[in-house]
Amino acid sequence: MSTNFKRRQVSGRGIPLPGNDIDTDRIIPARFLKAVTFEGMGEHAFEDARKQNPEHPFNQKAYQGASVLVVGQNFGCGSSREHAPQALMRWGIRAIVGGSFGEIFFGNCVMLGIPCLVASQADVEWLQKAIARAPQQPVTVDVETQEVRFGDRIIKATVSDGPRNQLVGGTWDSTAVLLEAGAAIEATARRLPYVVGY
Amino acid sequence: MARTLLDKVWEAHTVRTLPSGQTQLLIGLHLIHEVTTPQAFQMLKELKLTVRMPERTFGTLDHIIPTADQTRPYADPLAEDMAAHMYKNTKEFGLPLFDMASGRQGIVHVIGPELGLSQPGMTIACGDSHTSTHGAVGAIAFGIGTTQVRDVLATQCLAMAKPKLRQVRVDGALAKGVYAKDVILAIIGTLGVKGGVGYAYEYAGPIIERMTMEERLTVCNMSIEGGARCGYVNPDATTIEYLRGRPYTPAGAAFDRAAAWWKTMATEPGAKFDDVARLDGAAIEPVVTWGINPGMSVGVSQRIPSPDSQPEPERPTFHEALAHMGFEAGQPIKGAKIDVAFVGSCTNGRLSDLRIAAEVAKKGKVAKHVRALIVPGSQQVARAAEAEGLHEIFQAAGFQWRKAGCSMCLGMNDDKLQGREMSASSSNRNFIGRQGSPTGRTLLMSPAMVAAAAITGVVTDVREILR
Ligand code: SF4
Repeated sequence: MSTNFKRRQVSGRGIPLPGNDIDTDRIIPARFLKAVTFEGMGEHAFEDARKQNPEHPFNQKAYQGASVLVVGQNFGCGSSREHAPQALMRWGIRAIVGGSFGEIFFGNCVMLGIPCLVASQADVEWLQKAIARAPQQPVTVDVETQEVRFGDRIIKATVSDGPRNQLVGGTWDSTAVLLEAGAAIEATARRLPYVVGY
Repeated sequence: MARTLLDKVWEAHTVRTLPSGQTQLLIGLHLIHEVTTPQAFQMLKELKLTVRMPERTFGTLDHIIPTADQTRPYADPLAEDMAAHMYKNTKEFGLPLFDMASGRQGIVHVIGPELGLSQPGMTIACGDSHTSTHGAVGAIAFGIGTTQVRDVLATQCLAMAKPKLRQVRVDGALAKGVYAKDVILAIIGTLGVKGGVGYAYEYAGPIIERMTMEERLTVCNMSIEGGARCGYVNPDATTIEYLRGRPYTPAGAAFDRAAAWWKTMATEPGAKFDDVARLDGAAIEPVVTWGINPGMSVGVSQRIPSPDSQPEPERPTFHEALAHMGFEAGQPIKGAKIDVAFVGSCTNGRLSDLRIAAEVAKKGKVAKHVRALIVPGSQQVARAAEAEGLHEIFQAAGFQWRKAGCSMCLGMNDDKLQGREMSASSSNRNFIGRQGSPTGRTLLMSPAMVAAAAITGVVTDVREILR
């Protein structure tokens, strides 16, 4: 696997998005799902929320070009749509730090090579405020050491072993990994009564 | 040691342990629909791969299809494009597609069990979060993203971490006018929308055991709204009788052998869970959501809670919910005016749901200011309902009788809320913008409660109508 798959650390400007339970409908409203490719999805990230709130971080000049999103609790809950991480990725997000994540959203992010790290509520709030004060300053999300660095402060931010190994080792391209099992796949199927006939 | 259904299904489908520590899990049934697959097929083509087990993959059209006029090409060119891709891709890769002409088309989570495709002891995946529905038959079923759809197409496998298991016991007996939808809304209201993250839910206890299969499907459907990736009910006599004689279940002696194996997959007495949660079913009254996630709900006789009653971190979401919904803390939910009533979706679009709604519809006429839609979950449901004359009951009461699809559950077709319309909906999500209008508002409730709200024009306790 080529080295550019490895996501040891991501560094870039931050964008804070306060609020809990931001669901995938909010990230990308369902009407944008009527597309047969993910191209152009980035423009529609948070479209409704942005229209309703001109102050939405994704509207703010200061955060254009940011790549590290900092969110609250349960970010990405709801619909399984991969359009949500796709929209964020195509907007420019490369890593997410938050209080907690919707499970399918988290998995979808891993499959796109986007690390999602979990930090304490207090640290998330601190980081959001710190970024708002200094939007030009880079945030470093270190997947390998499970920490986030901003200025001279280091906060603990975790990601469980499985996805961390995939991201750091560059094996998040799951199709390639799964194909390696070869004939063991069919062998497993042949042990199942509903596959071979009851 | 006594084992759970999750343990047994997981073990039977484990291909190997991956270097990441995850399991390479074989997927027994892959269901696909038009919205989350075109990109997956595209990736498959780019990788020059074929579908590994085409005989284990089945497609339908549900999310984007119009429910009024279904002649193609569809009026919406984007919907037509998605449907055309579904036809093209399934043809190219040799996969069956339950389209309108098949007579078996419908919402993917309605047709899987209905056709007997979803069976106990299976692993099931679909690019849709409500795949948890299929757990009702005793399967481990989860929603996946598009890249994972590509994985299942290409390898018939997923890389998954085994979830922890929480048994959710609902004890006692349900009061009249209280339905499976109220049970699952009460569970989510109690355990929270993120309470299930990292868990699979095993639903158990006398109330679940007494439920019909359609009721269990409603409960398992919304597991994901409680944060649990999957939820299941152990296979029992109800499961076996439900599956008997379905188009894709085995027939004759093979059915008995299948049933015998299904029973062996159930959780054994004395098995240990990572957690157990208990609810008193007798205390559940008809539930209505008042906010912007399915956990923000109250019993119909209750008042909307105050943000101050909530733990500090929850308060901003509460304020946002009140502002979006136009509600005041302390206001009774009963009497809230509605503009739209929607009975349908993979949560409550089955025959028994329509029967209950029709029973209520008989008691009155749709209020003048209300637009009311009945959307069967599948063509089979529609036919069965029409055979019983339910469509006539609905139409006589002023409800629109539509064709099968997801419809206003997510407003990807023409069935959308307009502006700030308030919808009484039997679907599963009240997220901002979910029903097709960015400012639209959704109150989730049981189909009986939706029908009651339709005829009174306001949120109503259906028990007062059925009395
Ligand atoms: S009915 Fe609604 S929740 Fe169910 S599959 Fe369709 S869009 Fe998804």
